[in-house]
Amino acid sequence: MNMIQAINSAMDVMMGRDPDVIVMGEDVGYFGGVFRATAGLQAKYGKTRVFDTPISECGIIGVAVGMGAYGLRPVPEIQFADYIYPALDQLVSEAARLRYRSAGEFTAPITVRSPFGGGIFGGQTHSQSPEGIFTHISGVKTVIPSTPYDAKGLLIAAIEDNDPTIFFEPKRIYNGPFDGHWDKPTQNWSQHPAGEVPTGYYKIELGKAKVVRPGEALTVLVYGTMVHVALAVMEEAGVDAEVIDLRTLVPLDIETIEASVKKTGRCMIVHEATRTSGFGSELSALVQERCFYHLEAPIERVTGFDTPYPHSLEWAYFPGPVRIGEALKKIMKDA
Amino acid sequence: MATDRVPDHLKPNLAPLSLYVPEPKFRPGDTVDFTQVQIPAAGEARRPDTADAAGSFTELAYHLVRVLDDDGQAVGPWNPRLSPDTLRAMLRSMALVRAFDERMFRAQRQGKTSFYMKCTGEEAVAVAAAYALDYEDMCFPSYRQQGLLIARGWSMVDMMNQIYSNTADRLQGKQLPIMYSVKEAGFFSISGNLTTQYPQAVGWAMASAAKGDTRIAATWCGDGSTAEGDFHSACTFASVYRAPVIFNVVNNQWAISSFSGFAGAESTTFAARAVGYGIAGLRVDGNDALAVYAATLWAAERARTNQGPTLIEHFTYRAEGHSTSDDPGQYRSAGEPTAWPLGDPIKRLKDHLIALGEWDEERHAAQDKELAEQVKAAQKEAETNGVLGHGLHQPLDTLFDGVFEEMPWHLREQQAQMVAEETASGRPWARK
Repeated sequence: MNMIQAINSAMDVMMGRDPDVIVMGEDVGYFGGVFRATAGLQAKYGKTRVFDTPISECGIIGVAVGMGAYGLRPVPEIQFADYIYPALDQLVSEAARLRYRSAGEFTAPITVRSPFGGGIFGGQTHSQSPEGIFTHISGVKTVIPSTPYDAKGLLIAAIEDNDPTIFFEPKRIYNGPFDGHWDKPTQNWSQHPAGEVPTGYYKIELGKAKVVRPGEALTVLVYGTMVHVALAVMEEAGVDAEVIDLRTLVPLDIETIEASVKKTGRCMIVHEATRTSGFGSELSALVQERCFYHLEAPIERVTGFDTPYPHSLEWAYFPGPVRIGEALKKIMKDA
Repeated sequence: MATDRVPDHLKPNLAPLSLYVPEPKFRPGDTVDFTQVQIPAAGEARRPDTADAAGSFTELAYHLVRVLDDDGQAVGPWNPRLSPDTLRAMLRSMALVRAFDERMFRAQRQGKTSFYMKCTGEEAVAVAAAYALDYEDMCFPSYRQQGLLIARGWSMVDMMNQIYSNTADRLQGKQLPIMYSVKEAGFFSISGNLTTQYPQAVGWAMASAAKGDTRIAATWCGDGSTAEGDFHSACTFASVYRAPVIFNVVNNQWAISSFSGFAGAESTTFAARAVGYGIAGLRVDGNDALAVYAATLWAAERARTNQGPTLIEHFTYRAEGHSTSDDPGQYRSAGEPTAWPLGDPIKRLKDHLIALGEWDEERHAAQDKELAEQVKAAQKEAETNGVLGHGLHQPLDTLFDGVFEEMPWHLREQQAQMVAEETASGRPWARK
């Protein structure tokens, strides 16, 4: 399966298992979603379980919160993460706080799916990575898969989870992994081991990172599309890096991170999102606090620049092989 | 400068534009004259069939459904013909809400709690609606519908525990006073963020419909809050999916210091907004408990028979300050509440019962006394669980409960930090 099929399969499996799971969003019903992630679901489960909504993100999330209060388990889609902002009040003030403010009387077991990230010439409003906004909010979980296998397992876990979850899908790798070499042909998931996805039920626990490449020279903390870019750069540079796919940003798998950095003594953080107050800043602070005496070089943050996401200059903006390579030289200088 | 770009001889012969900024009719010190407020006679508005098409409500959206006339008689097609027992029960609930408000307002002034909000003059809006809805219907209130809980017979002691954030507070001291949450009584958790409950009520109603349930949802917001984007999305979703929901707009003329003109009331009514969404819209005398009851019952029947949503504008007046933190004397004339042409909802229902020969002033005065005692007794009981001024009442580690279903490591670490700080502080209310 590619990642879209895996995500589709996760929803299919969960709708089959739990009559309270419903899917809603702009174009998700009859049409099956602009990325095809919900294709076939309405035909299979009917219009009262999979339906199109008005173009109103605050309405989509507000309605989902109300459905959650009733006892349903909604999986709303926001067509692009760049368009999640109109729903921020409902997410931040309502979904994230409902359990807390009602001392558990009401909960918001919703899973907000949204394609995110750049590398597709999406320009300013089809490329953003707003995960740092959500990791800053108490009461929501933030999950970002990097393979079809993980996408399905994590999405099933998110739908089953009783807390509101933001599930960002890196659209650059919907069809195949992307190593950052935008000028070379890309692979399909069918050629990648993580493209093998069981058709039935399985889940991947939220809050657990995955060491995708064990190594000794440095630790690379990464998620989403950048997992594949970082992996490729490390292989090409011949560096024995330990690459950790965080998979869940909140709650974060701090143990895996801490153990790795204490072992390698070096830490590089890579994300597409803009640098200032990005999630990399939190990761850097945590590593610094917990691994200070093991660090042999300053922590490197390789990120998007602090600008809106550009269109024509995309590959100058994207934290690709060159930027990661330069950071690698710096961090390994005295090794 | 932009204005310099066009040569004078090419400028159109028009007066310069001017920006209109609404201004209320009366400010502090002004003599109030409400004769310009149009009040149709009781009994005049027609009562449509609950299955009528949404497009046929335009006239009603600019009209005013009223049942009680100036002589205390119930008249016209909206007269719900309630039994004297039900009328007396409603009157009692409304009077109890007022007694509760008075007591809790005073408790705030005495420093027993940080904050309170009265609903004086708006008791009918919540109480009469509660009588018209089924107990299983879900209410998504704003912060001024305490009457729902009281009319549903919920414990005043429990409400006060929340106001005092004391040891028995069901919300563990997490919420500002009056932001109740009582799932058992069909009362959704109140949020400080205005109108967020509107689309949530629609979602709840959609869920009920999708599951083939028979329960409906009702929600409330103020006139000022209709300006929020959530109001628009809620109306759109409710209309699109014909959600079994009742939208109540409590038009009490004031949003803190800004008069309803800043929510658009100078140009239209709030009920009229329903028309554009394809929702049935009713405009009701919000100080007439029988009109509120009848309109709510009508909207509930419409919702329960799959005819879709209704928006009810309750035309009323916020007789007192916005909250204990507000002084209305700074922005409006002190004469407004008494001059309000729709009067006082409790007095109007009382006069009706007296006109029916089912009540009298003596019984009313005795009831007021009894209710004041009842509230006082509840307060005494609630205060045995502590008041806010006494310090922290909840075990400190509950501060971290309920952020997530299970506490992640970073919250456990912060919880341990807080407990250590508390131990180090040596404060008298240290963690127990």
